[in-house]
Amino acid sequence: MEVFRYSQARSVEAALRAGSAGTFIAGGTTLVDLMKLNVLQPQSVVDINGLPLDRVETLPNGGLRIGALVRNSDLANHEAVKKNYTVLSEALLSGASPQLRNMATTGGNLLQKTRCYYFRDVNYPCNKRQPGSGCAALDGFNRIHAVLGGSEHCVATHPSDMAVAMMALEATVHTNGPKGERAIALDEFYLVPGSTPNRENVLAPGELITQVTLPALASGARSVYLKLRDRQQYEFALASSALVLNVSGGRIERARVAFGGVGTKPWRSREAEKALEGQQASPEVFRRAADAALADAKPLKYNAFKIELAKRALVRTLEQTTQAA
Amino acid sequence: MDQTKKPLPDPQDSTADNNEKPNGKPEQEREPVFGRFSRRSFLAQLGAAGVAATASPLAHAVATESEEKEAATGVPGAVPVTLNVNGREYNVRLEPRVTLLDALRDHLQLFGTKKGCDHGQCGACTVHVNGRRVNSCLSFAVMHQGDKITTIEGLAQNGDLHPVQQAFLEHDGFQCGYCTPGQIMSASALLHEPIGPEDDDVRRAMSGNICRCGAYTNIVAAVQQARKSTTV
Repeated sequence: MEVFRYSQARSVEAALRAGSAGTFIAGGTTLVDLMKLNVLQPQSVVDINGLPLDRVETLPNGGLRIGALVRNSDLANHEAVKKNYTVLSEALLSGASPQLRNMATTGGNLLQKTRCYYFRDVNYPCNKRQPGSGCAALDGFNRIHAVLGGSEHCVATHPSDMAVAMMALEATVHTNGPKGERAIALDEFYLVPGSTPNRENVLAPGELITQVTLPALASGARSVYLKLRDRQQYEFALASSALVLNVSGGRIERARVAFGGVGTKPWRSREAEKALEGQQASPEVFRRAADAALADAKPLKYNAFKIELAKRALVRTLEQTTQAA
Repeated sequence: MDQTKKPLPDPQDSTADNNEKPNGKPEQEREPVFGRFSRRSFLAQLGAAGVAATASPLAHAVATESEEKEAATGVPGAVPVTLNVNGREYNVRLEPRVTLLDALRDHLQLFGTKKGCDHGQCGACTVHVNGRRVNSCLSFAVMHQGDKITTIEGLAQNGDLHPVQQAFLEHDGFQCGYCTPGQIMSASALLHEPIGPEDDDVRRAMSGNICRCGAYTNIVAAVQQARKSTTV
């Protein structure tokens, strides 16, 4: 690992001053890993664990405010999350290991780096790691790669489960940076790779995630997360489905659908939502929504199975949430 | 086999005498000694002999000079770090890039915590930070000043094994033993975590600790016994 300057920030203001020339560290589970591999080589690391951003609070409007430093395990087991945002608790508990969940933070989880083998190995070309060097995954072993949102420059999947659930919950990311505070809809936070896969989100250099807010769900909403993978535990998704659904008298009033494991970013599907809303719940409607969600999918040599897998994941979550309460 | 409460002494494990040792004992005095050599001092001498046999006189002179410089000024970029491990304060100088795992093993001579994958995938390095289990390989030591760190060496209290340690002995929850400190640190933390009562719940909760010998059946049995024998 390369040497770096280390500093601790005791306030958001101090973090922003120091962060303009460095990288923030919170749980460290992604950063330290990738620094050991020389994939990331920050010259300056700013420790933000001392910032007062570790609380989960219920908002007056019934929503939830989650500090950027709230650990994944604490968020998953928080009473309000378990009760009102089941999909988020399930997604968090399906990710990583208990040790890692004790370390990883809300802000850091949103910024997790891809598990693409070629991104993690500096001996291979990778446009995300080294712009312009090429993509070894396109003609490589691409079983774990994306079928949605890819480009000829990058097909790496976003690895987070938490972010997929937050996408279905229509979360908002709150940041503070050189240009002040701003609130960004999570749906507009991530970027598809296009010709600049090194740019994964809209954060400016030195901009810090301070919190994530979730809107209150309509009463009667049911939510679920289903993750399909090679192992039952401690493995990244091949395909996952996050669903938030309101059903009344068998009619789907409102649907929010997101997928993990298949997209270059946590993948919200407005196509599936449109195919579901206003319809009577039925196997045909579910299948039509799944087909709509994956209509633009582009398989690579080894990952075509993900298209059907993602469809079945959505159908299964729809079945689960529409069964008689 | 009839199991007694007191286990046989384990030459790899300094757990039992941890609380009887005063501060500042160097590693050689903590490790069991076999004749003139401990296993570790023997390996260290073997390594040093290998270097001496192959190094050129010039290289040796350079090394000596830099060693003298290091002794006077410390490692370049190193900063003073105070770590509280197993109830004891350690003052060391560390580069910021030294992980908590490497600090424990290479600087505090606490070799109970194991390095497996060094990337947060195997769990061999599991320790408790403020009572919660974490992968010590994925955290910089300098970030843990003020934290209360517990390693396998600090789990036994007043010479009595932790219930999880006792259960691993009684259920033979290991084969080669390399993953065992991490398994035990994970299991002792999960006693305080909100997990269900079934064996499958234990399997899920222990999924961050890999055992390549495949002692999982006995590990699950040991964890379940420890959960039943402790009221948390």
